[in-house]
Amino acid sequence: MKNVSATASQQRTLRWHKFLRELPLHLYLLPAIILVITFCYVPMMGVVIAFQNFKVFKGWFAAPWVGLANFRYVIHLPNFSQVLYNTVFISFLKIVCSLVVPIVVALMFNEMQSTGLKRTLQTVMYLPYFMSWIILGGIIKDLLDTNGLINNVLASLGLQKVNLLTSNDSFRSVLVVTDIWKTFGYNTIIYLAALTGIDPSLYEATMIDGANRWQQTWHITLPGMRSVIVMMATLSLGNILNAGFEQVLVLYNDLVMESGDIIDTFVYRLGLEQGKYSVSTAVGLFKSAVSLVLISTAYYLANRFADYRIF
Amino acid sequence: MKCETKSRKLFLAINGTLLILLGVLCLVPIINAIAVSFSGAVAIGAGKVTLWPVDFQLDSYRYILSRSEFFDGLFVTLKRLVLGTVIQMVVTVFTAFPLSMEKRDFRFRTVYVWFFVFTMLFGGGLIPLYLQIRSLKLLDTIWALILPGAVSVYNIILMLNFFRGLPRELSEAFYVDGANYHHVLWQLYIPLSAPSFATILLFTMVGHWNSWFEGLIYMNHPRNYPLATYLYTIVQTFDYSNISQESAELLSRITTRSAKCAQIVVAMIPIVCVYPFLQRYFVKGIVLGSVKG
Repeated sequence: MKNVSATASQQRTLRWHKFLRELPLHLYLLPAIILVITFCYVPMMGVVIAFQNFKVFKGWFAAPWVGLANFRYVIHLPNFSQVLYNTVFISFLKIVCSLVVPIVVALMFNEMQSTGLKRTLQTVMYLPYFMSWIILGGIIKDLLDTNGLINNVLASLGLQKVNLLTSNDSFRSVLVVTDIWKTFGYNTIIYLAALTGIDPSLYEATMIDGANRWQQTWHITLPGMRSVIVMMATLSLGNILNAGFEQVLVLYNDLVMESGDIIDTFVYRLGLEQGKYSVSTAVGLFKSAVSLVLISTAYYLANRFADYRIF
Repeated sequence: MKCETKSRKLFLAINGTLLILLGVLCLVPIINAIAVSFSGAVAIGAGKVTLWPVDFQLDSYRYILSRSEFFDGLFVTLKRLVLGTVIQMVVTVFTAFPLSMEKRDFRFRTVYVWFFVFTMLFGGGLIPLYLQIRSLKLLDTIWALILPGAVSVYNIILMLNFFRGLPRELSEAFYVDGANYHHVLWQLYIPLSAPSFATILLFTMVGHWNSWFEGLIYMNHPRNYPLATYLYTIVQTFDYSNISQESAELLSRITTRSAKCAQIVVAMIPIVCVYPFLQRYFVKGIVLGSVKG
């Protein structure tokens, strides 16, 4: 009996020592914890204003509760379904293109033999990734100007000038193409890394069996990249409601609201330009909630089928 | 080993040409903007400028020198770049270190990891964060540009994965010799993770240089705008309602174009300067972060 209580107290002191030993580790984390609580968790609590009629000068506690009225208001706004459609449509196009283009480019680089040229070209292709949408947006606007390079080329070919940034028919294509311009070089790296991981003896074996290059690509290279492709595809599904806020904010204008307005720009205008904090937060909360489900599912699937782990 | 048939050679030639074309296509818009920034108004209006300046002039760059907003913006950007990078790097290393430990060495590891990772999955959104920063009285201060982004969970995970890749025997040897956590972090982990550290450092710096949206929403006075936010205001001022009377305004607009391009080019210079270093490390970084997982 005495023995047991001795072990219990011994365990207590042991636990105390362990706590003391781990104390510095908690202290290392303290700055990040304070920052995350202040700028992530408190704003998360702040979503309650989506269920209130919030006025800035009165604060949270004075705001009357209105239940789901803000959500009902948003759903009945005439352009909300269009905004939702634009968001999903634009980001779906971006997801498909940003899978296909980098994979094709990586396969093409894989066939290229001159390493010097390869490196130079890659350097050129990564460059736009490191520029902000402000810089790229300014460049794109100049390029597509009525007297810009594109229109000059069209005019010299005897074709009619176009204004791609102010037409609802072309604005989405501009978004997708310029997004690919910014990101494809960078995304290619991941697939090239996967390619270097393929066992070269597999190629030799198929060559002895008389396979040509296309058959090798189809039966060895692509299957070798499969897990990375599956991983990238599933992870990008979590982004279906992110159609590229900064890009759209820089490039859109009143004439292409119908085709270019997305959830994020909608939230921004509603909240910070019109001051409808509660309604805007409701839309944001809707987006965050759907994204949470999508991202969790994406991580689960990526983990299940591609053995992906974030940490 | 390789049998170079005729069709194979043709394929390689076409493949190489297509890739070169693609590379050129990536650069054309940038080179065009540089050419416009140096070109004369008449040549731009006549559509003569493609990839090389026509009627070379430096007036658009003189114009920048005359804009005090440009230098105000540059100063704000440099301030946030230095402060923000230092704070973010310290927080990243300090956070990644405990989280990189095994569960038996640090019992609360998993709880903390989820505490941080959850912020990647869910957020309050734009307005609640804005209201929080407003109620902390951070609007119009440099801290609004630095603190909300100081904890980058993505960078912490990159760093943490690198720390975990270091041989365990090394840190065990340190602990046996009586070293404390601080010694292990500063004398072992940080020196050994130099490439990973450099990648994250450069990414953080580029991020601060490029970031503009925070400046737009958290700064009420344009004099507090960082450079990128100031650039946003000049890129946006194209008045689309005047599109029909365009020819009448041609002359004034053309000069605006090269002035805009000149400011964009100046903002591009630092990125292009750090780019060679960035490129050397980031390939390593991204492969670490995404393929290894």
